Amino acid sequence: MGRDHHGRHMHPIIARDQLSPNVTRLVLEAPRIAEIRRPGQFVIVRLGVGAERIPLTIADADPVAGTISLIIQGIGASTNDLVALQPGDAIQDVAGPLGRATDLIESGHAVCVGGGVGTAVVYPIAQELHRRGVTVTSVIGGRSREWVIMEDELRTAGDVIVCTDDGSYGRHGFVTEALKDLCEAGGIDEIFAVGPVPMMRAVAELTRPYGIRTTVSLNAIMLDGTGMCGGCRVSIDGQTQYACVDGPEFDGHVVDFKSLSDRLTTYRAFEQQALERREACLIPGLAQHAEVTA
Amino acid sequence: MNEERPVSDDLPASEEHRVLSAKERMAIDRQAMPEQDPDERAVNFREVNLGLTQQIAMLEAERCLQCPKPYCIDGCPVSVNIPRFLMFLRQGDLPAAADSLLDDNALPCVTGRVCPQENQCEGVCLRAKKGNSVAIGHLERFVADWAQAHPEELIHTKPEASGKSVAIVGSGPAGLTAAGELVKRGHDVTIFEAFHAAGGVLVYGIPEFRLPKDIVQAEVDRLVADGVKIVPNTIIGKTYTLPELRGLFDAVFLAVGAGLPVFMNVPGEDLKGVYSANEYLTRVNLMGAWNPDSATPVLHGQRVAVVGGGNVAMDSVRTARRLGAQEAVIVYRRGHEELPARAEEVHHAEAEGIRFDFLVAPTEVLGDDAGWVRALRCVRMELGEPDDSGRARPVVIPDSEFEIPCEMLVVAIGTRSNPLLTSTAPDLKVTKYGYIETDETGMTSMDGVFAGGDIVRGAATVILAMGDGKRAAAAMHRYLGGEEPSDDPVPIADGMDAVRDAITAG
Repeated sequence: MGRDHHGRHMHPIIARDQLSPNVTRLVLEAPRIAEIRRPGQFVIVRLGVGAERIPLTIADADPVAGTISLIIQGIGASTNDLVALQPGDAIQDVAGPLGRATDLIESGHAVCVGGGVGTAVVYPIAQELHRRGVTVTSVIGGRSREWVIMEDELRTAGDVIVCTDDGSYGRHGFVTEALKDLCEAGGIDEIFAVGPVPMMRAVAELTRPYGIRTTVSLNAIMLDGTGMCGGCRVSIDGQTQYACVDGPEFDGHVVDFKSLSDRLTTYRAFEQQALERREACLIPGLAQHAEVTA
Repeated sequence: MNEERPVSDDLPASEEHRVLSAKERMAIDRQAMPEQDPDERAVNFREVNLGLTQQIAMLEAERCLQCPKPYCIDGCPVSVNIPRFLMFLRQGDLPAAADSLLDDNALPCVTGRVCPQENQCEGVCLRAKKGNSVAIGHLERFVADWAQAHPEELIHTKPEASGKSVAIVGSGPAGLTAAGELVKRGHDVTIFEAFHAAGGVLVYGIPEFRLPKDIVQAEVDRLVADGVKIVPNTIIGKTYTLPELRGLFDAVFLAVGAGLPVFMNVPGEDLKGVYSANEYLTRVNLMGAWNPDSATPVLHGQRVAVVGGGNVAMDSVRTARRLGAQEAVIVYRRGHEELPARAEEVHHAEAEGIRFDFLVAPTEVLGDDAGWVRALRCVRMELGEPDDSGRARPVVIPDSEFEIPCEMLVVAIGTRSNPLLTSTAPDLKVTKYGYIETDETGMTSMDGVFAGGDIVRGAATVILAMGDGKRAAAAMHRYLGGEEPSDDPVPIADGMDAVRDAITAG
């Protein structure tokens, strides 16, 4: 690994590609994490001095090359700074792997549902299930064709059903509609669903009557990722649990999604201001380089 | 912020230091610590205490009676030889005072600012019996700050390498102290820290206005200059398991702190605007959200309630005040006398306009339609019979419900053990509350693995954690085959009787 001027290890970006208009994949050096991470786990990254700590699921890892892949949606000032990184740049702090690994079934049929950037989170799960010999069907969606990500990767793990809201690619409609057909057909042992909170909530409501175990991954606000701050507390079956150490994956049928989505809006005003400040100070050339998407 | 502190006038040591009589010493009044004006400091994050000048510090040091049986040393959890460094200080020999202090205490700039001296060294100072104790904390700070500013004047001996390696888990006060003690004995020391920066509670918990972060950084830098290696972003229990770490080092010291926040367990705690003190202070301190340009957000309430009466509660409420709260109130279920916080913090909080609601216990957090906190519902309490801790147990007064309006609430009622590390080490014995069990030397049930600080004793103070670090380091040194030098004898100035006479004569 590279080092900064204090002699600290840095995490150089090895590769970068744009998966959709606002989703970017970064491959970076993090040998220890690449060696031991398991599906479902995440890291906390901090770009450099003064930057925010951001939790990101480990989308993939290459233990031989010593690299991990992070898939980042540029939605706020801090995530936009991350997606602006180019090969040769480096991230100062990467801590992990954090959180519990996914509790995976050993055989049968699993459906992996991914919405938007959440598709990146279900990918390592689908990959490991496939490795174990589980039949995997992935249902992924986006607003339109250009927002669908990781289809090719998921095809290496099994069948993929693509849905778009506008019908520009694959099946016209939401992922829940395609999932309903699969549930009706029967034979599903477990469902993994990761995406925006409304999507996960809709999936959990859909599968409840079928009694199919449905695991969701919660993107609560957190600082340390080790249980210390308590900011990521979520209500699970009426009990307070911490997404960072007790999760991030929980039984979707007992998650209080209303409280989660509400808590996620805590810093909305701050984030809006930060974005506006950022856009106000960007000089035109730099804005182009950063590929900031509104 | 340095320009706010009075610059030491660096007086040369007087040619002939006139030795005062005990009676003359008794006639000197305790020197006050200059403070930033309360109205001014309530809206900034600069340090409240401005520090003593050398003249004042030397005068205050003259108040020490140099007791032959110095209770202050026994009152200090790290056994600082207080009369010795005060003797050098009053003679104006600052390098000797600094060497003496640093020999006993790895982090004197920190303890001089955050120790509850009134319960320790100053509480047992003989002069406290007749008026005011020697201001040991303020003098410790003076000498430590001088040492930090004059590293070239300190004795620096490089110890012979022992060839042994030690891992320390956690870079808070226990970990840093152990690191300093072990590197001094020639061991190869590596500290693993979960966060991106070293210092533990000294950087994420204690605010800038009480312990400036450049001072903590300088203490850490001094350890690094002595050869201590610090590995950030490494979570033992996740990045490496404890058994893995034990396999890589000759000994291990666990100083991970208590970690998990305790909530009140009342309805409404998941509302927006409710913070654990850990989260609130980490956002403001470690992540720098006290600065409006910070990338890390923090909420700014006009009316802020903080539940709890300890140092962390005082830090939280004074932080909220500085971030613009017009009403910042401490909600505590016992009375003023029972406040566990350091006396100086309570005094500072009062001067800054913090309101105290005593004998009050929250029953529910109330929210508005948008999911934000709007008030804290409470009941009034009265003090009943003493409980197991010896403190009067608060009892609810029937029909005493009322509401404290607030847009932000900070829960500062303690911490509990974090199982992240212990759960990956099945051989490590823990109590039913998850704290690590140790023998009197600090060794755990795993051979060569020692532990100290909050993860052993439960939530306590910086100095108690440092005491654990110092004791464990000595035990680890013996474990690694080293020998402990016997303590230096304490210099004796007068007979104990003369001291007592002086006090009674006063």
